[in-house]
Amino acid sequence: MIIKGGIVYDPANGIYGDEMDLFIDQGRMAMQAKGEEIDARGLLVMPGGVDAHSHIAGKKVNTGRIMRPDDARLGTEPRTAVCRPSTGYTVPNCYAMGYRYARMGYTTAFEAATPILEARHTHEELEEIPIIDKGALTLFGNNWQVMECVRDKDLTKLAAYVAWGLRAARGYGVKIVNPGGGEAWGFGGNVKSQNDIVPNFDVTPAEIIVGLAKANEMLNLPHSIHLHFNNLGKPGNYTTAIETLDLLKDIKPSRMRQVVHVAHMQFSAYGGTSWRDFESKASVIADYFNCHNHATMDMGQLLFGSATTMTADAPLEYGNARLTHNKWSNHDIELEESSGVVPMTYFRKMLVNAVQWAIGLELALLVKDPWKVLMTTDHPNGSPFVNYPEVITLLMSKPKRDAEMATLHEQVPKRTTLAGIERELDWTDIAIMTRAAPARVLGLDDKGHLGPGADGDVSIYNLRPLEVDTSLDHVLVKKALANAKYTIKGGVVVSKEGQILATPPGRTFWVDAAVPQVDTDRLMIDLEEKFAKYYSIQIANYAVQDAYLPHAKVIRAGLLIEPLPEVA
Amino acid sequence: MSEAIMIKDAVCSFCGCLCDDINVEVEDGKIQRVRHACRLGSSKIMGHARIESPMIRKNGVLVAVSFQEAYDKAAKILLAAAKPLLYGWASTSCEAAKKGILLAEEVGGVLDSTATVCHGPSVIGIEEKGLPGATLGQVKNRADTIVFWGCNPAEAHPRHSLRYSSNSCGKFTQEGREGRKIIVVDVRETRTSKNADKFIRISPGSDYEVISALRMLVAGKGDSVLDEVGGVLKADLADIAATLKAAKFGAVFFGLGITHSRGRYKNIDNALSLVAELNSHSKFVIMPMRGHYNVGGIGQVLAWSSGYPMSVDFTRGGPYFNPGETSACDLLARRDVDAALIIAADAVSNFPRATAKALAGIPVIQIDPYENPTTLLSDVVIPCAIAGVEVEGTAYRMDGLALRLRKMVDSSFPSDEDILMGILESVHKQRQMTANEGA
Repeated sequence: MIIKGGIVYDPANGIYGDEMDLFIDQGRMAMQAKGEEIDARGLLVMPGGVDAHSHIAGKKVNTGRIMRPDDARLGTEPRTAVCRPSTGYTVPNCYAMGYRYARMGYTTAFEAATPILEARHTHEELEEIPIIDKGALTLFGNNWQVMECVRDKDLTKLAAYVAWGLRAARGYGVKIVNPGGGEAWGFGGNVKSQNDIVPNFDVTPAEIIVGLAKANEMLNLPHSIHLHFNNLGKPGNYTTAIETLDLLKDIKPSRMRQVVHVAHMQFSAYGGTSWRDFESKASVIADYFNCHNHATMDMGQLLFGSATTMTADAPLEYGNARLTHNKWSNHDIELEESSGVVPMTYFRKMLVNAVQWAIGLELALLVKDPWKVLMTTDHPNGSPFVNYPEVITLLMSKPKRDAEMATLHEQVPKRTTLAGIERELDWTDIAIMTRAAPARVLGLDDKGHLGPGADGDVSIYNLRPLEVDTSLDHVLVKKALANAKYTIKGGVVVSKEGQILATPPGRTFWVDAAVPQVDTDRLMIDLEEKFAKYYSIQIANYAVQDAYLPHAKVIRAGLLIEPLPEVA
Repeated sequence: MSEAIMIKDAVCSFCGCLCDDINVEVEDGKIQRVRHACRLGSSKIMGHARIESPMIRKNGVLVAVSFQEAYDKAAKILLAAAKPLLYGWASTSCEAAKKGILLAEEVGGVLDSTATVCHGPSVIGIEEKGLPGATLGQVKNRADTIVFWGCNPAEAHPRHSLRYSSNSCGKFTQEGREGRKIIVVDVRETRTSKNADKFIRISPGSDYEVISALRMLVAGKGDSVLDEVGGVLKADLADIAATLKAAKFGAVFFGLGITHSRGRYKNIDNALSLVAELNSHSKFVIMPMRGHYNVGGIGQVLAWSSGYPMSVDFTRGGPYFNPGETSACDLLARRDVDAALIIAADAVSNFPRATAKALAGIPVIQIDPYENPTTLLSDVVIPCAIAGVEVEGTAYRMDGLALRLRKMVDSSFPSDEDILMGILESVHKQRQMTANEGA
């Protein structure tokens, strides 16, 4: 395939809006190729979009569907000759997930939180999502085995468990959600800071986070730890964020990447002592990111309207349910996690929601280096992913932000700095925040760029970047981003101007990390006891079988691999 | 004689407990012995007399035919129907369910599961209030207070108490039954109630009132509660409310005694509300006691495929869901479907009389390993291999946990998946032929 004459943004390869031809051969980017020619003259061309944090598959997503038939009705699209039927808005069915990402030019999305015990379910759904490549992060932050290894300061056994857990879950990376809080929730409690003792386990959240970060780097995993802070969603939680980030600043990364990725930073950048004096501390958080290089974040942008909050932070969801008197699902997972789901509507005239909206934007605009900020809505917590074009245009257009601000609660300019921010992102920034940076943060070498050998995932938009004024013509930009002119996945045109043309199955990435057998042997003594006494299933039935990943892409890592050269 | 093979830690595909510690001894391709399973599970795995051949009803009599003939006839029935019902799915794998959903989309039918005569009201309750739940191991490790409401696991889920609930031992429950308070609420004494510390016998149909009284007592509004509610003294209810509030970790398990008594989904709505409110005082979770081993699985697969967990109408292209309108019994009672495919369920034995009668008036395709009352009125009967014994696959436990079913022995019968694909291929073929004739 040849893509002719596009205006290409490929920041990972130093290409910032150059007119050039692209070639795809056998599904990969190449120096030259033959075959189908696509006329992209003058049009915006970027690598396929990569979403590093989205809740797209597994028990809590399906729980959202089951408790929200009201939501399913919002997105009904009939079956076609190519497509299965679609339903849903905040919690779309599996088919809609694949089609809607593809229509926007996205070709990769990672599920952000899966307990090991329930990973089989996650993979059943991931396999059912057409077109896009995917993976699932694995939850470790409230796991008994993890907490015991941390308490015993047995780092090699902890690393062996992380490797074993990733293999059992066919997981991609280490996710930590409200560490210790999920265990405390087992008896209805929570932890109030990273230095609280987790009941019955004699460790602190801080120790869990640092332990897992060290194990992560010891295993040379492609992704860093992926952290949802303690106290998320509470006024005044920005201090928890900064104190927790400080714990990790001296850990050396084993690869050319961050040591910690902060999930949906917006929900942890709050000042004030209650909802009454709630305010943005995005500028303090942004300063921290501007002065430190060990952390990246995704926005977790909130947009007004319907959302479904879902997280492994079960006490948070209980709080949401009590606050809103909305329906509440909770799901504790034996020995490993807890979780919850609560539908939510965000209002322009509600001060807290309006400030939250501003915080996400402040973060993305105040952090100077776009490689540190990924564009997400923490789908479907802040807003469903179909609204990414709205977020992108807000970041690119000060007039659009001002127009929106005029419709919000009048206190927003006092409680946030957004009104005074002049910065407008350009296509290079956007290509980084939606393509190059998420791929680099996840450690996906063949994603997020268009160099030879990269996956042949390309999105072409009906926009002329050399002509369009993204600040003033934001309506046009949003429309173009919602339906790519072409989305090409692995060298196949999967979507054209909003119409799905092909639905190849996507691959599922998972990480197999090698550890010394002696550490695994020590670990298995612990695990066999846990299965004999505490788990409700046998160890033989625990790990996800290969039958659930017919399109697996295994990334090797671990202690036996030579670490890459140290980062300067 | 070949050596006996021992299959260890297999999953029992009988009830929603999905016990996964079953050892099965196989010799000469036959299951000789089943260990660890309860009598219900053991009998399921050992099996009994099967339907031997595919059959089509000709002149009122079922006559043996080839599988292909049966597929073609089934496809013909589905294609000729304006609104076929594809019902059952509780006792087969998720892999079969996926093919069934595809078939329902292709022929424009309504797909419903046995939940409609089981925990369907629970699903509607969950749509109203959400489900504060947990995996069964969480209950085993933590619960010091357990309520069984309108269910009788001692007879319906025999290993539930020892593996997961009242008599299990875990990290914070090492004393097992001794360390727990067990409350049973039912309209009659049962084997489960005999194991209880407190048995509350309520009048039939009074579940809603009793739950409401408990909610008021938990909320500290006992003054407004009558002296007797549902045949239970207020003092007894106050005792129960105090026990629930004092729990470190409480769990409510509920069954058909509450989903199908007066009030139906409103009972569940009320019970879910009670449990949500109890979380202001203690930690509490609630869980339906699912009956057939994979009735949970069809709900999960249907939800991620169509957005809805049961009663999904595909006749208008996009999925449509409106229980009461699109649920199997209602469709049949209104004579609103004109053909039915019944798989992995015995509709005739479990449906209300009027709806079973409606089935007798339309063409019925049955896919099942065993003859049952549904066979008697079926026009096409297709025998299948038994999922979880002769075919691998996935099933979801009553707490929503997915487990991998094993294949223990070979079968000469096709799997449910194979049969559904056979019918689907025949649908495509017959459509193509019609199109060609038209051209």
